[in-house]
Amino acid sequence: METLFTPFTSLGGGLLIGLGAVLLMLGLGRILGATGIMSGIVFAENGGEFAWRAAMVAGMILAPGFIFLVTGAMPELSVPVSPAMIVIGGVIVGFGASLGSGCTSGHGVCGLSRLSVRSIVAVPTFMLTAAITVYLIRHVFGA
Amino acid sequence: MKLIFALVTGLVFGAGIAISGMMNPAKVFNFFDVAGTWDPSLAFVMGGAVIITFIGYRLVWRRDAPLYDDRFQVPTSTAIDARLIGGSAIFGIGWGIAGFCPGAAIPALGTGRWEVALFLVAVTAGFYARRLIGATQTSAKAA
Repeated sequence: METLFTPFTSLGGGLLIGLGAVLLMLGLGRILGATGIMSGIVFAENGGEFAWRAAMVAGMILAPGFIFLVTGAMPELSVPVSPAMIVIGGVIVGFGASLGSGCTSGHGVCGLSRLSVRSIVAVPTFMLTAAITVYLIRHVFGA
Repeated sequence: MKLIFALVTGLVFGAGIAISGMMNPAKVFNFFDVAGTWDPSLAFVMGGAVIITFIGYRLVWRRDAPLYDDRFQVPTSTAIDARLIGGSAIFGIGWGIAGFCPGAAIPALGTGRWEVALFLVAVTAGFYARRLIGATQTSAKAA
């Protein structure tokens, strides 16, 4: 399934993602890592640690509706895989991202920007295994 | 104020995710599918996000403390260990199977698509699985 090459909206979205990461550092002094924020909600140690993460997640969930109000269209989202693949992939994502202490936002955006050695190792690692996985699924197993 | 700030931060980040194409698994798969229907758009997302965050963090860190906390809490570990590399490698495999990562899926929940909720439940199961195998868990808040 082909998707359109969208360099300008993707760059624009990237700038906003970066702005979000900077705002969180300015306001709360924290790294914007979705894995950390999610697991901080699931395994909250106290109300204060839970509350700001819950507020952030609420803002994130409101975003597609906000985009709809501004542009008149929901963001495009097509899921070309089966529910079983979503469940299997999701469990692997949760396990791996918490073991590796981060995902695309924490290691990718924030870690690379901090020039963190761990993130500079983590990001090419997960990009490579994702690319190999997609190659195997699409071109070897032909799904 | 702190919670409103966190909510707005989440909204900005989520809007960026929505505009960028990151929350569209079809686009994520095509970003990695260099041998097939390649769509390099998402490189612009990471590029834009890192440029803003790289500059913005350095401006923010000129302050003594964030607006709503008494100190910046940035990971200090530099250990390149098996957990980091293995966890990141595993995360990439899951990302390549499902097409969602946590930072994209949380805002995507706002589109109301059931696949996203299914993915996030699976990610949470993955967090618990990681807790079960690791007695020395320190990674939950790291990123």
